[in-house]
Amino acid sequence: MNWASWALWGFAATVVLTTIESGLQGLGLTRMSLPYIIGTMVTADRDRAKLYGFILHFLNGWAISLLYVAAFVSIGKANWWIGAVIGTIHALFVLVVIMIGLPGIHPRMASATHGPTATRQLEPPGFLGMNYGMRTPVSIIVSHVLFGAILGAFYHVR
Amino acid sequence: MDWLCWPRFDSSPVFAGILDLEHGGRWQITPSLLDHTERKYVENSNVLQTMFHCHGGKAVLTDLMPVAAEDTKKRALLPENEIIRQVECTEGNVQIEVTYQPRPDYGRTAGKLRDGGKLGIRTEFGSGVYWLRSSQPLRVEGDRAHAWFVLHAGDALQFSLTYAEDAPAVLPPLGEWTSQRIEATVLWWQQWVGKLHYEGAYRGPVIRSALALKMLTYAPSGAIVAAATTSLPERIGGPLNWDYRYCWLRDASLTVRAFLGLGYDAEADAFMNWLMYATALTQPELRILYTVFGENAPKERELEFLTGYKQSRPVRVGNAARNQLQLDVYGEVIDAAAQYAYAGRSFGRDEQKVLIGFAEYAMKNWNRADEGIWEPRSGPAKHTDSRLLCWTALDRMIKLVERGCVQGAPVNDMKRERKKILHDIKQNAWNSKLQSYTGVLGGDNMDASLLRIAYYGFEHANSDRMRSTYALLRQRLGAGDLLYRYRGGSSEGAFGICSFWEVEYLALGGGTLDDARNLFERVVRYQNDVGLFSEEIDPNTGEALGNFPQAFTHVGLISAALSISERERGKRQLPHREHTAEENHAEKEVAA
Repeated sequence: MNWASWALWGFAATVVLTTIESGLQGLGLTRMSLPYIIGTMVTADRDRAKLYGFILHFLNGWAISLLYVAAFVSIGKANWWIGAVIGTIHALFVLVVIMIGLPGIHPRMASATHGPTATRQLEPPGFLGMNYGMRTPVSIIVSHVLFGAILGAFYHVR
Repeated sequence: MDWLCWPRFDSSPVFAGILDLEHGGRWQITPSLLDHTERKYVENSNVLQTMFHCHGGKAVLTDLMPVAAEDTKKRALLPENEIIRQVECTEGNVQIEVTYQPRPDYGRTAGKLRDGGKLGIRTEFGSGVYWLRSSQPLRVEGDRAHAWFVLHAGDALQFSLTYAEDAPAVLPPLGEWTSQRIEATVLWWQQWVGKLHYEGAYRGPVIRSALALKMLTYAPSGAIVAAATTSLPERIGGPLNWDYRYCWLRDASLTVRAFLGLGYDAEADAFMNWLMYATALTQPELRILYTVFGENAPKERELEFLTGYKQSRPVRVGNAARNQLQLDVYGEVIDAAAQYAYAGRSFGRDEQKVLIGFAEYAMKNWNRADEGIWEPRSGPAKHTDSRLLCWTALDRMIKLVERGCVQGAPVNDMKRERKKILHDIKQNAWNSKLQSYTGVLGGDNMDASLLRIAYYGFEHANSDRMRSTYALLRQRLGAGDLLYRYRGGSSEGAFGICSFWEVEYLALGGGTLDDARNLFERVVRYQNDVGLFSEEIDPNTGEALGNFPQAFTHVGLISAALSISERERGKRQLPHREHTAEENHAEKEVAA
């Protein structure tokens, strides 16, 4: 395993992922702010939540890039399209599994079944995250495919 | 509820029924068998209550935008934009009909309502989402949600409408949680009013005006919009329909006076910060109006698909005045800065340079024709008021330098130009045949803005010239207790702030204290049922005309009340003004 290459390109891919997600939100493709979702897990202060969430999201992306690297190592090669395929699988996992399960693990998220309560008031993502905008699945797939493609294109398997 | 723009005052509305009953959209909570209604604000708050007196019972509808203390916001997630509505039956039985019909983008788009079950009803538009939550379910029927309820004494319905551009949105629970937030909001406003310093006799209208100003403030930037609406007509059925959801620099001087005079230092600081930020972007030139974030206001366009308020067309958004030259704004901004500095605030070096730039612009351009204070679309003229405010710009800058508040201004040049403007006004704006100042140089028209000659300290209110000017102005522009701003070709209402300028003119020495008090009390009677003023008033019917509620009218009310109070207590009036031009001249003669 090439630790230096992972550290560099895992970092770079996470930067691109975060930038694209913010950009797509700014363009109105989705309202979803992953840093905000993650940050509100640890604080109810909106401003701090965005800051904490950004840091946690960044570290999380960097850590998850290790799984991509592990896949490249086990396959024995890395290129942009292998990375993109892994990114697609990752995006589908986020959309189908994480989004549905999020109200169960997020301490401040309401459930569609019970509605909001005094402690759980955040809108749940709904099927494929579409409560956050009908094009949310597209934005998640695009950002994760690019994340994987960058990692695959530049990570150097020894 | 037939008008609501989120997240900014100038955003496209989700309800615009006020501009088109059929297509504009609305959120209606109304009882059947209604006999009559009454409205009031919960004391010292912006929480509105509407009492429904029905055959068979009574109900109270409470409407508010919830507010929370800063420490609460750190502890709890709260929606960034929310309206709470609660209707409670207080006596007998009342049947209530609820219709929610959002029509985003000025009614151009039918809202696509999706029933989210326990989460509420979701309507997406553009990059935002509206969530309507209801304590009892509503039925979605096409582009609206609707229901009938029968309430017995003690029953209540609660609703929360939120708007979010970030996801996940915050969906507040109803019930006890919402009841507590209503109480917290009332308390917040009452504590805010508790900070108000005003010892005069007109505490009620002053408090309501301060509360209206606060509601017209865009909290994230500190900007204050001229009014919350667009295209409410100055003449019913006519074309004088403008978009006032922007920030006019003209209001700056009176706004700073209102906030500082009432002890709202934080609001004055926020407003001055916005003012210095917005104007620095265009310096040394000033625009007439800005958005709440200091951007150029959008181009004016007409929305032909809307029928307009009582068939008053066209409905306009954006404002073409953004391209006009109105030289008075230079005086307004520097006078606001002078008041701010005299209240003990200081300016950084960059801010000083910006202010000097404005004064230099006034010094070089005061002799130009401009569109003037009333923004006519008929072309430029040499307005007395614009010259008065250029004189004010130089006078205040000179005094700021003399007091050490600003450094580096070419004071000698400014003194020379100030003197030239003074002579120009004295000679060319004075009509010896009429024995009056006139609205334009060399003219014979009267203009209510001439009352500002005393406010800005160009002449004492009690001078012979001002007394004779006032007499003619009242004769020509008087409309009972009210004043027209001018006599133009198109008929319009009396102009709200002009009446308060008249009160202030009397309070500053143009009349007795009783004259000022009596007029103030007569003019205040034209407020609506909850104490608010629009831009204009129909002097025959008392009907509000123009955009609503109007910050300019309310800052005028506060300023007039402050001047009356200062005179009652023998306090120095308009401390930023120091001496009038005549007093300065007399002092120099004595010194010579």
